Amino acid sequence: MTMAKFDEPGYYKHEDLLKVDYHPPRTGWMDTPVDFRPGTYIYPGKAKNLKYLDLPNPRNWAVTDEDWKLQENWKEIVLDGMAERLRRYRTFRLFMDICVRCGACADKCHFFIGGGDPKNMPVLRAELLRSIYRKDFTALGKILGKIAGARELTYDVIKEWFYYFYQCTECRRCSVFCPYGIDTAEITMMGRELLGLLGLYVNWAIEPVANCFRTGNHLGIPPHGLLDTLEFMVDDIEEATGIKVDIPMNKKGAEVLFVTPSGDYVAEPGIQTCMSYMILFNEIGLDYTWSTYASEGGNFGLFTSHEMIKRLNAKIYAEAKRLGVKWILGGECGHMWRTMHQYMNTVNGPPDFLEVPKSPFTGTVFENARSAKIVHIMEFTADLIKHGKLKLDPSRNDHIRVTFHDSCNTARGMGILEEPRYVMKSVCNNFFEMPENTIREQTFCCGGGAGLGTDENMEMRLRGGLPRGSAVKYVQEKYGVNQLAAMCAIDRATLITVCDYWAPGVKVTGISELVANAMILKGEKKRTKNLRLETIPGAEEEDTAQGNIEHLETIEGMHTTKGGSSNE
Amino acid sequence: MNVFISLAAVVFLFLAGLLGAGAGLDALFGIVIPYIAIFLFLGGLIYRVMIWANVPVPFRIPTTSGQEKSLPWIKQSKLDNPSSTLGVIGRMALEILCFRSLLKNTKTELHEDGHVAYGSSLWLWLGSMAFHWSMLIILLRHIRLFIEPVPGAITFLHKLDGFLQIGAPVFYVTSFIFPIALLYLLFRRLGDPKLRYISLVNDYFPLFLLIGVGISGFWLRYISKTDIASVKELTVGLMSFRPVTPAAISPLFYGHLFLVCVLLGYFPFSKLVHMAGVFFSPTRNLANTNREAHHANPWDYPVKVHTYEEYEDEFREKMKAVGIPVEKE
Repeated sequence: MTMAKFDEPGYYKHEDLLKVDYHPPRTGWMDTPVDFRPGTYIYPGKAKNLKYLDLPNPRNWAVTDEDWKLQENWKEIVLDGMAERLRRYRTFRLFMDICVRCGACADKCHFFIGGGDPKNMPVLRAELLRSIYRKDFTALGKILGKIAGARELTYDVIKEWFYYFYQCTECRRCSVFCPYGIDTAEITMMGRELLGLLGLYVNWAIEPVANCFRTGNHLGIPPHGLLDTLEFMVDDIEEATGIKVDIPMNKKGAEVLFVTPSGDYVAEPGIQTCMSYMILFNEIGLDYTWSTYASEGGNFGLFTSHEMIKRLNAKIYAEAKRLGVKWILGGECGHMWRTMHQYMNTVNGPPDFLEVPKSPFTGTVFENARSAKIVHIMEFTADLIKHGKLKLDPSRNDHIRVTFHDSCNTARGMGILEEPRYVMKSVCNNFFEMPENTIREQTFCCGGGAGLGTDENMEMRLRGGLPRGSAVKYVQEKYGVNQLAAMCAIDRATLITVCDYWAPGVKVTGISELVANAMILKGEKKRTKNLRLETIPGAEEEDTAQGNIEHLETIEGMHTTKGGSSNE
Repeated sequence: MNVFISLAAVVFLFLAGLLGAGAGLDALFGIVIPYIAIFLFLGGLIYRVMIWANVPVPFRIPTTSGQEKSLPWIKQSKLDNPSSTLGVIGRMALEILCFRSLLKNTKTELHEDGHVAYGSSLWLWLGSMAFHWSMLIILLRHIRLFIEPVPGAITFLHKLDGFLQIGAPVFYVTSFIFPIALLYLLFRRLGDPKLRYISLVNDYFPLFLLIGVGISGFWLRYISKTDIASVKELTVGLMSFRPVTPAAISPLFYGHLFLVCVLLGYFPFSKLVHMAGVFFSPTRNLANTNREAHHANPWDYPVKVHTYEEYEDEFREKMKAVGIPVEKE
């Protein structure tokens, strides 16, 4: 066996990571320089990506370099950038002014809980910027300096910003507990924008941005490649269900444009989530289309700058207009929905050329999406199930004991909490909640959101994933949970690592996958394999020619005799 | 270090008021400085509020803490995820009057086996509520020193606050709660290593200042028993712009008054301005109507995008080869 490297989970011993020292160092935080330890920082954005996007100061550099090759007038650039943003964002100005350092946020951050670095307390993360704000933008700070909590903007401050603003996943958990609603995501976004003015980006975010700008998706999949990818899925769907589904691609005049994060195009369990959408749409007969140009629902611009949100998101409404659809349906994703819900209509709307979304099957008008004209797949699916439009056999998921990870962005930047639960409970007999301090608006980040989910950041991902991992382990031990459902592409990628490390044995799934596995399709063959093409436990033993409905009754009967153990 | 600087500054300020007035500068400490302080307080507060009010809110970014308004059969959390003005008013009122977010506070513990445990932690909420509400009542009680005749509501408040009916003059409950709550907030800050690490002079100084105001006020009422009539002569004089400095006022009163003046003048330029700022917080005071209504960004500007035409130009041949429809054949 070869030795694990710092970008692999095996490199980190549990007992080492769990030795968290919450006592701050002896030196004051202003006098404690950053320690760029491998595993805790992300590689810088490559020159080619910055060039492609016309971003300032493209060059190749390394975080561990003494000289980060900043512009000569870097200080002026940063201070001008701050002044501009203080004029533009009330959040920024206000959050610089009113924090009382009560410390309520301190132990709410997953990185602080799992790492103990005091600068990962949200309050101190904001002080990194606030100290500069005091020095250059407030009277008391100018006069009293350090006594008033002000400090000079130095090269080391920039390095510190880079380290800590890329150790925040913009999950907003702290802002739930703040008595003034100070939102560290806003602070981090400002910090990253200022770093961006100096050409300081992380490659794991800026390369997807560049890809998305060019090819329409973060992964850089060209149009023919996307079609190819979906065709593979069609084959797998046929193998599992016996049904051959269509791939409507760039189809003009379709009723609905469907957009989903590109994480759904590659790797398990993203692809099963994607296959599930296709199965669902085919079964109900939705007149929809994919788009190669708008082939990304996610938006790494959110992790880059407000301007980049707009530059990337513009494609979606533009494509909806070009194809002449009536409204837009969006797949399972976290930060995509923060963007779609809180930014899209402002940056690229209002899309008056679209119609108010209305389900063609139930007649439900999605009033809450009246202006932005985009509906979440869980809102759509919950409505279908409520109206009895799907034939379901939840017993096919009986071998699954599932819990639900609320994604930060959909929980705290939208509030879609009940729809996914309703859907899951309709398709699974064994659903269990994690402890209340770790779900809904108090949910924990996977540790890899906001552009941090890369392997060179492995130590921070495992540390940041600890609170979630611990909660998963809790339900694993208490209820025998063996799957974690999440409606977020980043979760579906990063929580695999988190679960393998902190709660081994728990697999990760999208919600739509659970739906598609439970759906009884018109003309399907006997379902013995799930969408991962694994044999469904129990399905093989029944060798009779029973119809699906009888099958369902049998299993349900068996289930109730067990005494409703699923309702613990 | 930050603690001692703050404590020393407050002691120095108190003595300056006390000794200064004792040395015959009562006109300075009784008239000039209070006017300056009030000017700084009102002017500073208006200035700060105007700055915030003039900075736009480009994006609608409420922190949603409950179920959104969606399908009609799903119960919306109308206070934690409001979609109407009424809901926002409710959310803000609970936040401002009850410190609702602090009420959610938890304490997180990491056990050796990797289990992360959460417990409710309400001391901060209790301390803050006790401090802020007793301060408000004390402030309102002070109105009787400024207005003649004293409004009935204020007299009632005095009776309520002195319901224990002990001592002469009657002890007010808030006279005790106020300093005790402040001392709790101070010792909490000093006792928790994390909090000590983040605390600045900006945090200790106002605490000591308020404690100084509280203790000197306590002393004036219960121990040295100030001549209320003379104090009222001074305050009414200030209010009517015909200031006088009655001779019967003790130097201790000027120590108290000076600390209050420093507090007033310092208020708008410090973190204390959260009193006004909390009303402006976009994550709390915006309704979640994000997809329901268009929210305009006043400084929106055009950005460089990659158009469909540019995209098709790059990939047209490949799209055609696999049968994806294109605009230009």
